[in-house]
Amino acid sequence: MKRAFVAAAVVAGVGAGLVRRLRSRAASRQDDLSRWLVVTVNVPPERFGETPEPLARLKDHIEIRTAPAPGGKGTELAARLCGNGRTGGTGPIARLSGNDPRQPVREALREAKSLIETGEIMKPDAPPTTRSTPGGKLVGLVTRRASGEGRL
Amino acid sequence: MKALCWEGVNELSVEDVPDPELRNDQDVIVKVSAGTTCGSDLHLIGGYIPAMRAGDVIGHEFLGEIVEVGPGVRRHKVGDRVVVCSFVGCGRCWYCANDLWSLCDNSNTNPGITQAMWGYEPGAVFGYSHAMGGLRGSHAEYVRVPFADYGAFPVPDEVDDVSALFASDSAPTGWMGADLGGVRPGDVVAVWGCGAVGQMAARAAMLLGAERVVCIDRFPERLAMTRQHIGAETIDYTETDVGAELRELTGGRGPDVCIEAVGMEAHGTGPDYAYDQAKQQLRLHTDRPTAVREAIYSCRKGGSVFVLGVFGGAVDKFPLGALMNKGLTLRGAQMHGQRYIPMLLDRIAKGELSTRHLATHEMSLDEAPTAYDMFKHKKDGCVRAVIRPGGAAA
Repeated sequence: MKRAFVAAAVVAGVGAGLVRRLRSRAASRQDDLSRWLVVTVNVPPERFGETPEPLARLKDHIEIRTAPAPGGKGTELAARLCGNGRTGGTGPIARLSGNDPRQPVREALREAKSLIETGEIMKPDAPPTTRSTPGGKLVGLVTRRASGEGRL
Repeated sequence: MKALCWEGVNELSVEDVPDPELRNDQDVIVKVSAGTTCGSDLHLIGGYIPAMRAGDVIGHEFLGEIVEVGPGVRRHKVGDRVVVCSFVGCGRCWYCANDLWSLCDNSNTNPGITQAMWGYEPGAVFGYSHAMGGLRGSHAEYVRVPFADYGAFPVPDEVDDVSALFASDSAPTGWMGADLGGVRPGDVVAVWGCGAVGQMAARAAMLLGAERVVCIDRFPERLAMTRQHIGAETIDYTETDVGAELRELTGGRGPDVCIEAVGMEAHGTGPDYAYDQAKQQLRLHTDRPTAVREAIYSCRKGGSVFVLGVFGGAVDKFPLGALMNKGLTLRGAQMHGQRYIPMLLDRIAKGELSTRHLATHEMSLDEAPTAYDMFKHKKDGCVRAVIRPGGAAA
């Protein structure tokens, strides 16, 4: 009787933990997908023109806002997924396979900032290297995702 | 074209690689006249810097002649002899506009990697891994230079190639350590490392008014070179207690400014060095902070420590207590070369800053793997090997 009670308590405890974790994950995922991603562009708000092309391409899936950056640091340019844009995974597999919906938003923000500030988006050298090795392929995979990853 | 490629840990070879091409309107192509080995290259050759791929062209300190100009370039033309800053800065983001060029927001095309490692990404540097932008390096016949209006600088006619070469990286790095380390007239400054960067930091400290500059190393030829060409005092750390020596030299106070120009593969003599070495070899920590620790312990109360040596990750037994309780200012940076290069070229032209002596060896591109072997193992007193893609000068 005592053993059955302990087993039930353990199952209930693990179950409650699992539910809490899943809820937390779901909440965290929603939080990830609805969070504003932001870059600061080194131009004053009054010189900030129309939505730059890299972001305009995503207009059906994102909302955009701008605000003056404190201390004369330029303009904060923010974008976040909305509506149908908030579908897809945010876990490691989605991120590695390039299916995390935040990746194109980060990339577009970085490209928009660079275009506004410098007039161009710097391209890497091509080809990136001349030899194919297993380690190199792994680095290649990481670099293919790198422009859409990181902490914006 | 021929280029020096990283092929794996401690494995370099000269290979045929595709010629570079203009990829953006603001690029130029430079025909490399001379490049040099740099201590920070040893970290990536040795596998301590992540995100290298077999076939990557290395090298970041160079000068040459512009042979092709993109349509967006305004300040350069074909035929210009230029020294190129090792870090690429766009010139217009907030960091570049505030003279913090190595932190450029727009030059590192792989920002996600270093944002994951360090929180935010630095700018790109030539030939220094895909984490640092993946640009091809300068130990090659030709190299593409992005944002060339901001990163390439005309060399005065009276300055020879080898003297100007060190304005690409080692001289501005050293100058930055003294400048941002806060050297003021009358200061006593200690510099860890008598390589090219350490020597340049020492000379910069003198030109900024330091009354006494003391440099620390273990190689007799580097210590002698520092005394002869820089005019600094020296300490051989294998023969004395550095902390006691510095206290004696500074009236018991300790140096006002301590500049670390060694980096993640520091050497030392005590048990802390053995500990660092063992942990690094077992990959339990990434960097050996032996010289940084000594700088923090040695610095006077309320003084300043500047970290010029390259570090990549986490270190153990970092003396945070000493830092906090002594009221120290700790600062570090990759180099903001664009801020200093024109001034340094001017000083080289006027004879105020000597750099040519750093080039202890000159070799052809075909000999570059040998050059790095000599440089790494300090063979034949090698301080810097200059690599000339067009063949070594007679």
